[in-house]
Amino acid sequence: MSGQAVTSLLGRLAEARKSGEVARLAEAIPYARWMRIAPENGTGELLTRMRYHEALIGNTFLPALHGGTLGAMLELAAIFHLLWETETAAVPKIVNITVDYLRSARPVDVIARASVTKQGRRMVNVYVEAWQDDRSKPVATANAHFLVKSSDEPPSL
Amino acid sequence: MNDDKTPEEKSAADARVALFQEWFCDIIPHNKALGLKVVAVAKGLASMRLEWRDEFVGNPETGVLAGGPVTAMLDGCCGISVATMLKDPKPFATLDLRIDYARPATPGQAVIAEAECYRITSSVAFTRAFAHQGDPKDPIAAAAGTFMLGTKGSAMRPPLPQDKARGGKR
Repeated sequence: MSGQAVTSLLGRLAEARKSGEVARLAEAIPYARWMRIAPENGTGELLTRMRYHEALIGNTFLPALHGGTLGAMLELAAIFHLLWETETAAVPKIVNITVDYLRSARPVDVIARASVTKQGRRMVNVYVEAWQDDRSKPVATANAHFLVKSSDEPPSL
Repeated sequence: MNDDKTPEEKSAADARVALFQEWFCDIIPHNKALGLKVVAVAKGLASMRLEWRDEFVGNPETGVLAGGPVTAMLDGCCGISVATMLKDPKPFATLDLRIDYARPATPGQAVIAEAECYRITSSVAFTRAFAHQGDPKDPIAAAAGTFMLGTKGSAMRPPLPQDKARGGKR
């Protein structure tokens, strides 16, 4: 089962590179589909968007998005960035993530942009920023570490 | 957790779980969408359960759970542990949350979270949590969350019996 699935995500990556349709990457990840989180590159830079729907709400009184959904989309934004912008032979494995919640997120779409702070041979440090209408007012930021390995390396730390 | 309790203590604990279940899981849309269940609550402590679902898979190569459902669950569980420490109900919000992914979750198995609010001040609460799949000694993730108290919004704590006992100030 896992052998076939490998071709499915990395195969989709190859397909998406050919066609330029980066959003296809999200189709291979059940959780991304469920959360309506997908990458886009219409503006020339790779962004990840979480489409607003009612199930994202964490506070019905304000109302505001659930902090967990912001953490989830920041993490996926980092993964899409690593798949798309770096040469990767495997799906990056998250080691840890620290999310800072800066503002309450309103019930509209959230957009995130990731950047690699340091690319090591096995470990990558990624910074991600998420905003809503105003890019200068981020709702949350995150730092995360991912294990990445090139295909010729043994699968160990 | 309730094994050494009298029947009265056990029914009070069950009522507390039901109250937090309603306030944190049934009313909050995202927690409801995840199907989170409150397992236990005590002063400064909270435990939750997340049933396995195929749509939570983050890595189609391995079938391993995505980080997102675990993040949301640990955030919620830490939040409940904070709520149990509030003398008076007041709104609060997550300030930051760190998650260490200790090992990949085993596909098909439910996840249990256990959170502790170990310190609370007038404006900040500090929490720690672990997530595991049945053996607390073999965690899949560890979390450290800080919460800001007295933020905008409605009081994030169900009315508890002690409110009445203290004069029902609500």
